[in-house]
Amino acid sequence: MALRGGWRTLFYKELLRFWKVSFQTVAAPVLTALLYLLIFSHVLESRVTVFGGSVRYTSFLIPGLVMMSVLQNAFANSSSSLIQSKITGNLIFVLLPPLSPLDLFAAYVLGAMVRGLTVGLGVYAVTLWFDPSLLALAHPVWTLAFALLGSAILGTLGLVAGIWAEKFDQLAAFQNFLIMPLTFLSGVFYSIHTLPPFWQSLSRFNPIFYMIDGFRYGFFGLADVEPMVSLAIVAGCTLVLSALTLALLASGWKLRN
Amino acid sequence: MPAAVEVDRVFRRFGSVQALDGVSLTVDEGEFFGLLGPNGAGKTTLISVLAGLTRADRGAARILGHDVVTDYRAARRLLGVVPQELVFDPFFTVRETLAIQSGYFGIAGNDAWIDEILHHLDLTSKANANMRSLSGGMKRRVLVGQALVHKPRVIVLDEPTAGVDVELRQSLWGFVRKLNRDGHTIILTTHYLEEAEALCGRIAMLKAGRIVALDTKQNLLSRFAGLTVRLVAEHVPASWQARVLRSEAGGFILGLDRYADLELLLAKLREEGIAIAELALQEADLEDVFLKLVGTQAAP
Repeated sequence: MALRGGWRTLFYKELLRFWKVSFQTVAAPVLTALLYLLIFSHVLESRVTVFGGSVRYTSFLIPGLVMMSVLQNAFANSSSSLIQSKITGNLIFVLLPPLSPLDLFAAYVLGAMVRGLTVGLGVYAVTLWFDPSLLALAHPVWTLAFALLGSAILGTLGLVAGIWAEKFDQLAAFQNFLIMPLTFLSGVFYSIHTLPPFWQSLSRFNPIFYMIDGFRYGFFGLADVEPMVSLAIVAGCTLVLSALTLALLASGWKLRN
Repeated sequence: MPAAVEVDRVFRRFGSVQALDGVSLTVDEGEFFGLLGPNGAGKTTLISVLAGLTRADRGAARILGHDVVTDYRAARRLLGVVPQELVFDPFFTVRETLAIQSGYFGIAGNDAWIDEILHHLDLTSKANANMRSLSGGMKRRVLVGQALVHKPRVIVLDEPTAGVDVELRQSLWGFVRKLNRDGHTIILTTHYLEEAEALCGRIAMLKAGRIVALDTKQNLLSRFAGLTVRLVAEHVPASWQARVLRSEAGGFILGLDRYADLELLLAKLREEGIAIAELALQEADLEDVFLKLVGTQAAP
């Protein structure tokens, strides 16, 4: 018998879990994003000007929708996995083995990142049809950096929500009253420069805004905020949230009591 | 050599309930140990402390010398737990479930042992069936398999035969006996006292979070149960009411301290003119001990 880290099996199990129901976990969110694009681009293409008219609205919308899908699905993966395990009681299979808090964190968050990035790639692939020029990214490394950090943050938030929630209703509240508004009010569908000053200022307190804006910078080389600032904020959020979540897992709160 | 399980003055409170109130016990390696008590006595909480599912407020627990908190990795590798609840992951087949559980313990390439587990638990034909499609008894077998997949030296079975048919119960105990013969330490809680009596060498009885008895099965029987007599009569003399352990259909089970007490009982029955329909002297069983110590007819 060869020994290896148990976290890798948990990571593999997380991948298997969403892949076995990939119609629901991958195909459905891709279709949803496609519908958003069809409707918003059709209605707003000729009415909204972004980046001083240097980028078409439909093209502007695509990276926003890709990133929104990445974030929402990363959150959905870790949160739904944990709450399902808690409610059905099979979380015990993960708690009995010698998995450390870091093992649990790595497996759940990486699983969430893979799901988010898979859906994001799917959305990117189908929306390219609307603007094939987006195949060539202005700064692909920036795009990748924000996709990785953004999915890590939302995967971690999903883990926190899954630990905290004791029923599906509580998880839905977390998702619908926190994650969804933060995502929709983050500049997915608009540039914050089109907002009144008050809402512009408020948007700057939303970390998801920096994820979307930095990700979009990778596509066009244009952004509402200096990309280095966005990167610093998103990286800082990743570190702080990860440290807090690891402490939560180490305390055993709501898991080992 | 360290004990298989060492529990040292463990306390655990849930709100207003003191689930464990200073429990201490030691289980030696290779023992078949029974943990009995009524519902809410603290058995599952104690098992949860050993397994790291619950943290003790005070006290310590060790598996083969490894503290379950400070050295949890080593402790959990040595421990296999069959949980009481019938839980499963609906996404996977039986084989996937066992392979994944094996992987959590850092063991890859465990197919030979998984095949052996499937064979012993009569699950080979169901290896590729989804967990959802299995009957309750089959799911229970998979739970046993999951607890054994990393070849733990100490195995805790928390009421593993609850709701299981007789055939499976027999085959399961055959397998567990074999594991015990092979050197595994077994700790068992069960709803069936006759199972504990048949299988366990030593038994601890818990009541309200405290151990009220901890001894070999023989010592418990001789110390606490003594003799019993089954009396079928209209009623029991008032002065003997305190000796009634339980009522059965048409009769009473009375506890005797010694054989001479039987003469006293017969004299009293004659004196009060109570007709004896049937009278039989019985060796006491674990249920009598349980009733005497725990004071409830409810199953443990």
